[in-house]
Amino acid sequence: MKKTLRFSAFTIVNGFIMTLVVLFTLYPFVYLVAQSFSSEAAIYAGKVSFFPVEFTTRTYEIIMSKPDFFRYYGNTIFYSVLGTFIAVAATAVMSYPLSKAKLRLNKIVIPFVLFTMYFGGGLIPNYILVAKTLGMRDTVWAIVIPGAISAFNVILMKTFFANIPNELEEAGRVDGLDVFGIFTRIILPLSKPIIATITLFVIVGMWNNWFGPSLYLQSKEKWPIALYLKQIIDNAVSPTEIGAASEETSQIAATVKSTAMVLTSLPIICMYPFVQRYFVQGMMIGAVKG
Amino acid sequence: MAAYTKDQVADASPLWKHVRKEWKLYSFLVIPLIYFVIFKYAPMIGNIIAFRKYRGGPNILGSEWVGFQYFEMFMNDPTFWRAFFNDLTLSVSYLAVKFPLTLLFALLLHEIRWMKWKKFVQTVSYLPHFISIVIVVGMVKEMVSLTGPINALLGKFGMEPIAFISLPEWFPTLYVTSGIWQSLGWGTILYLAAMTAINTELYEAAKIDGATRFRQALHVTIPGILPTIMVLLILDIGSILGSNFEKILLMYNPLTYETADVISTYVYRMGITGGNFSFATAVGLFEGIIGLILVTIANEISKRTTKSSLW
Repeated sequence: MKKTLRFSAFTIVNGFIMTLVVLFTLYPFVYLVAQSFSSEAAIYAGKVSFFPVEFTTRTYEIIMSKPDFFRYYGNTIFYSVLGTFIAVAATAVMSYPLSKAKLRLNKIVIPFVLFTMYFGGGLIPNYILVAKTLGMRDTVWAIVIPGAISAFNVILMKTFFANIPNELEEAGRVDGLDVFGIFTRIILPLSKPIIATITLFVIVGMWNNWFGPSLYLQSKEKWPIALYLKQIIDNAVSPTEIGAASEETSQIAATVKSTAMVLTSLPIICMYPFVQRYFVQGMMIGAVKG
Repeated sequence: MAAYTKDQVADASPLWKHVRKEWKLYSFLVIPLIYFVIFKYAPMIGNIIAFRKYRGGPNILGSEWVGFQYFEMFMNDPTFWRAFFNDLTLSVSYLAVKFPLTLLFALLLHEIRWMKWKKFVQTVSYLPHFISIVIVVGMVKEMVSLTGPINALLGKFGMEPIAFISLPEWFPTLYVTSGIWQSLGWGTILYLAAMTAINTELYEAAKIDGATRFRQALHVTIPGILPTIMVLLILDIGSILGSNFEKILLMYNPLTYETADVISTYVYRMGITGGNFSFATAVGLFEGIIGLILVTIANEISKRTTKSSLW
């Protein structure tokens, strides 16, 4: 009896701590949503804490009525799709030979790849290379190419490939497939989980990318949404630019940041519950390898 | 790192024969390796402009040798040293909070028996990891603004509002708290993965010996995940001069430089904003080499004391 009692006391305390963690994690989102639907007066009076006060959807209407927001959104989608395609294809192509123990040169190539996890060229040499030497400034290539392959993703994928039973490849060889056929018809279809994981890692990185674009994209019309959002948060976009009529400028000023933040994170938050197991799965595969 | 299990046949043929036999597989590597040479190794070589005068333009190697001139310059710059110590302070405070909290959170998650609840807590706590750093910093600014919820709460206790975001003494707190918010949950994944690999018989044996849950955690769970703890610690030590650059760049302002300016933001202002490319490269190279040395030392120590290491 005593034991069950102590057991449940721990369970209660643990449940309490976990509830606090959940609230601590969710509260900023709750507050942002509440603020984005509240009136300017209520926000400045500090009345908004959990629920919208003096509910209004005006800011959403104004932001969505102008093409700007959607254009930046469109840019982000374009960069994410193109960048993800390049990154995943290149990672898969690189990881496959690296997963083959019989390739003797892997002893040189793998350390060559891994070294880049611990040492990099640094901000300025990278900037000079991309912007000046390669002349990629203000082009989509500066956004989607420089970070395309990461050693970490290569390790994840190589580990996955190495665990695919060799017999399956043998069977393909017997059926007359060459290396390319085995890779595209046997290995890739069997690797959907890891491809999904890396695709998601890359998409999230691309979706949230603002620093690369801020370095390389001078033309505002090429900006991704994250960079536009940064300008809004920095108060660098005036309410009239966003589309507010003069009598509405202060309402916009008070809520545009939270509204833009909600609209930008919405796709990630909606998609997240359905795909999070792939992320965890990916990390687990990586963990086995250490 | 790469310990192969299968296919390990001694291949004694000359290397060129081996390459010719496997050329199709090797051909997969050509484009990715060109990518690595251009985008990972060329910038490393580009660090040579730390020792040469770079006058702009496409020549990544600069124009003439100046030796250690730029290194002497930044070593004599008090702003550099301020950034250096801020970097250390921010990373060490963050690490000192994050490391025990993450481990504790993982241990507590591991103790949850109601699986649906466990799954829910995990799902919620991983979410901030996927939120753009721009939004995280935007949230911080909204939460601590003069009309935001934190000041509203302080007001309930009769306190004057605090302009957190422009006060240098508050920057480290904001930095650490937002970091915990974003990475507490995600940081537990590798621990939880390691915990599932612990032999359940060890727990059974501990229970028979009368060990409480606390003792089980102490004597079974923690030793079981020690290699993971060590690997994560090594990585963290290696990045001790690499505070979260993008976050600081978004969160700091001239009013808080005193505690918020770190080496990478200093490099950014000197190089990208100020155009002193060679000078900024010298500072960046210094940071990179220190990081490499730190991770090597930490790795060696861990290898000798706990037998777990990165390479």
